[in-house]
Amino acid sequence: MTAPPEGSFLSGQLPTAAVEPAAASELAAAADEPSLGRRALTSLRRDPVALISVIAVIVLALVAVFAPLLAPHNPLQAYPNGLASNGAPVGPGSSFLLGTDPNGRDVLSRLIFGARVSLLVGVVATGLASIIGVLVGGIAGYAGGIVDSVLMRITDVVLSFPILLFCVALIAITGPSTRNVMLVIAFGYWTYLARIVRGLVLSLKEREFVVAARTLGIGHRAILRRHILPHLVPAIIVYSTLGIATSILIEASLSYLGIGVPLPQASWGQMISQGQQYFQTAPWLLVAPGVALVLTVLAFNLAGDWLTDLLDPETSGDRR
Amino acid sequence: MTDPAHVQSRPDEQTAAAPPVVDVRDLRVHFKVHRGLFGSQLVKAVDGVSFSIAAGETLGLAGESGSGKSTVARTLVRINRPTDGSVLLSGAETARLSGQELRAYRRRMQMVYQDPYDSLDPKMTIKDAIGEGLTVRGVPRARRKSEVEELLARVNLPVALAGRYPGQLSGGQRQRVSIARALAVSPEVIVCDEAVAALDVSIRAQVLNLLKDIQADAGVSYLFISHDLSTLRFMADRIAIMYVGRLVEYGTSEQVFAAPAHPYTQALIAAVPDIAALGGPRPAPLPGEPPNPASPPPGCAFHPRCPLAVELCRTVAPPLVRKANGQLAACHVVPDAPEVAR
Repeated sequence: MTAPPEGSFLSGQLPTAAVEPAAASELAAAADEPSLGRRALTSLRRDPVALISVIAVIVLALVAVFAPLLAPHNPLQAYPNGLASNGAPVGPGSSFLLGTDPNGRDVLSRLIFGARVSLLVGVVATGLASIIGVLVGGIAGYAGGIVDSVLMRITDVVLSFPILLFCVALIAITGPSTRNVMLVIAFGYWTYLARIVRGLVLSLKEREFVVAARTLGIGHRAILRRHILPHLVPAIIVYSTLGIATSILIEASLSYLGIGVPLPQASWGQMISQGQQYFQTAPWLLVAPGVALVLTVLAFNLAGDWLTDLLDPETSGDRR
Repeated sequence: MTDPAHVQSRPDEQTAAAPPVVDVRDLRVHFKVHRGLFGSQLVKAVDGVSFSIAAGETLGLAGESGSGKSTVARTLVRINRPTDGSVLLSGAETARLSGQELRAYRRRMQMVYQDPYDSLDPKMTIKDAIGEGLTVRGVPRARRKSEVEELLARVNLPVALAGRYPGQLSGGQRQRVSIARALAVSPEVIVCDEAVAALDVSIRAQVLNLLKDIQADAGVSYLFISHDLSTLRFMADRIAIMYVGRLVEYGTSEQVFAAPAHPYTQALIAAVPDIAALGGPRPAPLPGEPPNPASPPPGCAFHPRCPLAVELCRTVAPPLVRKANGQLAACHVVPDAPEVAR
């Protein structure tokens, strides 16, 4: 742990606080390893990119949660003053901060509600994918043998499709709806987690404390729950964060293709698709959702990288 | 007891009394090692080992790395499956158990591992680690806290450590926690596989004394595995010496240390540093390396390094038989005990 940078308002405070004289001898080992929260703060202070991305993710989450309070207009309503006399969308101005779309709807409000859709799809799809992936990977890795072979061949089959193509094909079967988009993304993305979790479990089950638990007479289910799962949590958090970025991108792609979140609900992909047609005359229609999407995906990826370094130093720099 | 080889492998007259807690007969553990794409090779890590441990007794098992002593330990606690042979626990065959019966067996045979840093789950507090053993024994939740505290006291650890994580403890403290965890299931046998090898010498004596105290209180039996003969001399009632998967000598601690029969044992004992002999002439070290267990030499596995080897040793593996000193040894050259004496 290096010294905090000069001029930081916390400098000199954190490292000394880690050593409590009363328990110095007993807790010598503990003092070397500051708590996770403390390490997170230290690394954020030293890494402005990570700090900005974490703040961006938090802001985005707040925007999504409080969308109805933050949106200046109704995202679904076509405002009469939202169109110029010639029927063209109105540019950014005082009444519509980011202008209006060709239907006379407020772009900023649609962007804010679009964040809600993106995040909802991203979080739910990734959550589902994590559950499936951890179950499949955990069982495959722990059981080994034929169970492992069967589960991993299934995983390989799904993994061999490009994930977007796979999702498009599934949507073609299920039909587009917000729920189906989430399910389809989850069904494509769980394979990544399954592979990672399997690998981790393969090495964990050879660790002496797992062997020791077995010789103590503990059942397999309890070993998986008490001795294996807690060690997977850092990796699950890291890959879920990155998975949210991927899911948001897939949702936007599906919506862009018109098979994602159905109209008239606002979503970034569909806004980009519409804005593209008016790029010459109304560039804000393309730029606003495009920038929002890029920044969101970037923020989640950078936050994921930071979490990797923080929680899972062994695997950092070794992703997909 | 119709098998003459088995009767023969008993160093003292205890068969007449109650059956031993652990009775291992002709244990074999073979591993298939894959080589290249199609080839595989059979490694006989343990090849026909027999021994027994009485209640409240300690059997010390020694040998160089690769001798198979850890495989014996790991097979007793069933990390490995025995390929052949029997493991009797209080007279009942256990070598083929599986499922629920195996889990019940595991509760009676516990192990303390060598590495105090990897044998406790780093994400589990001390009280949960010990409590886990209590759950296995079926102790009700309400009594768990007091039993954990009792067990901590028994291994001389302050109760204040209960909420800590293994990472906050020293090696000696962790090894005490491992012992407490093993005791939590009230086993009949505890296998200590190099349990003090990773500890500082000063801590080592404390842990060894603790193990002895526990034995005096609870009457558990130990299979104590170590490459360190002075530790075994302190701990063990009887000693078994392994060399490349077989026992080469087996007798009481006094017999083996006072008059080692097998040339390998003699060399091991001669190699123990002795403060009294400091500055005097050092014994000649054993030449060569222990052979690869995948391809042991024919005949007596020790013959390439043995100062006494004769032609017979190169072709015929010597049986483990009673020698003049009273213990069993597997050597053609050392004279057998006279028939009439027994």
